[in-house]
Amino acid sequence: MKLLDFINALTRYDFLQKALFTSIMVGVICGVIGCFIILRGMALMGDAISHAVLPGVAVSYMLGINFFIGAVVTGVLTAIGIGFISQNSRIKHDMAIGIMFTSVFAVGIILITFMKSSADLYHILFGNVLSVRTSDMWLTMIIGAIIIALVYLFYKELLVSTFDPTMAQAYGLQVKWIHYCLMILLTMVTVASLQTVGIVLVVAMLITPAATAYLLTNRLWIMLYLSAGIGAFSSLVGLYFSFSYNLASGATIVIVAAFLFTLAFLFSPSQGLLWRTLKRKTSIT
Amino acid sequence: MANAVDVSNLYVSFQGKQVVQDVSFDLQKGRMLGIIGPNGAGKSTLLKAILGLIPNDSGKIRILDSSIQSTRKFIAYVPQRNDIDWDFPITVLDVVLIGTYPSLGLIKKPNKKHRDWALTCLTKVGMEEYKNRQIGELSGGQQQRVFLARALAQRADIFFLDEPFVGIDVTSEGMIIQILKELCYEGKTIAVVHHDLGKAESYFDDLLLLNKNVIHYGHAAEVLDPSILSKAYVHHRVFLNRPKEVPVS
Repeated sequence: MKLLDFINALTRYDFLQKALFTSIMVGVICGVIGCFIILRGMALMGDAISHAVLPGVAVSYMLGINFFIGAVVTGVLTAIGIGFISQNSRIKHDMAIGIMFTSVFAVGIILITFMKSSADLYHILFGNVLSVRTSDMWLTMIIGAIIIALVYLFYKELLVSTFDPTMAQAYGLQVKWIHYCLMILLTMVTVASLQTVGIVLVVAMLITPAATAYLLTNRLWIMLYLSAGIGAFSSLVGLYFSFSYNLASGATIVIVAAFLFTLAFLFSPSQGLLWRTLKRKTSIT
Repeated sequence: MANAVDVSNLYVSFQGKQVVQDVSFDLQKGRMLGIIGPNGAGKSTLLKAILGLIPNDSGKIRILDSSIQSTRKFIAYVPQRNDIDWDFPITVLDVVLIGTYPSLGLIKKPNKKHRDWALTCLTKVGMEEYKNRQIGELSGGQQQRVFLARALAQRADIFFLDEPFVGIDVTSEGMIIQILKELCYEGKTIAVVHHDLGKAESYFDDLLLLNKNVIHYGHAAEVLDPSILSKAYVHHRVFLNRPKEVPVS
């Protein structure tokens, strides 16, 4: 039994435990931040920021500093650059995103190839959760704790600035600041997810569990819990498949999340395709 | 007595075009003002500039005789319908509860007392039985009533509403105007961006006829004179009392 082997290995191997904790935490924080990303219509922005982290990571390696610092710098600079281009020309927001993140990502790829082996690039792009070191695990835990604490404390502000930014601004909330803070949190989540799912697939963990939860509830706080739960569950099951069949962890985790989304899309009590079709049929007859 | 709103020589640009030019008016406390004018006359832009949501090119805005920064907490704002994402996962009661956020400040969360107050406000607009519905499941008029309830929950002194009667049913429109009139009677000040000239006289005390600059400002009956209206609606034929269309959204 593969499952028993997996549980057995979990109790025995230190590296697998670290992989488990890290990927569950990544599932939770991607799920939480993802809710705000999709509700603000920033799914594409999430993709852009996650890719923009690459040159930051490369430069940090070269300078020998923590890759977290470089990642946040290039991530936030890209977010500002996208805003700058779309506000100061006729270029639309989605065009600006397309231009900025591909350019920054391309620079990142060249920087990485200058560095070391191409295996590093592969792991950064697609994740290699089984090589998570203790320091990486703690970094993920700290980022996770910060994000959960911030979302808990500023839930009210996040809710109103997402749902009705004009009203939020009218009563004096610094909506722009909230936007940039969210961009910073997004880069932090991306960095934390580097080893679990990799840069290319982070966006799936941000969007898919949140979108699944979005189909299942009409309350934001329930959506946050559901999305975090779905993210964590996907990570857990994905890790199992990755370990048992020697597959890239990022890919298996994302496929599990996509499977759960498909279930919700078809069978969600309020939004599911199945019930909607049935309802339409019965209302016609 | 200080005015609720004082605007002098205001110029505002929106998307590179100057749509509000040399606007001056003062709104007394306890009055109900309708801001009318043709499409693109800068009505919503003027409202947003007064609220400090967009910067002005020049001019002065005073609210309750001080700057908007220090008077925000006395103001409630009801945005245009199409500014809202109606698929957002939020219930009717939680929308109204947002009205208590400004007084709570950062971090502090609403408690039972705030929920009760939100429900009281929801009852005032006759929507309490819908409190657990998702906001998008309601009709346009019901949604507008919920947003009015949110404004009530803010316990404001001045209410700004941007096109509240667009695409809503007669019952909701009547109910909203009734509540606004009661608020006025209690001494609150109300400014409404409006485009249906037909009922403007029975709804508002004063009218501000706008077409980039102020064409006329005065008592409703006085502004609704065809000779004055035709100055703003140059390329439009003015129909008073035409049957109201309800756009399908």
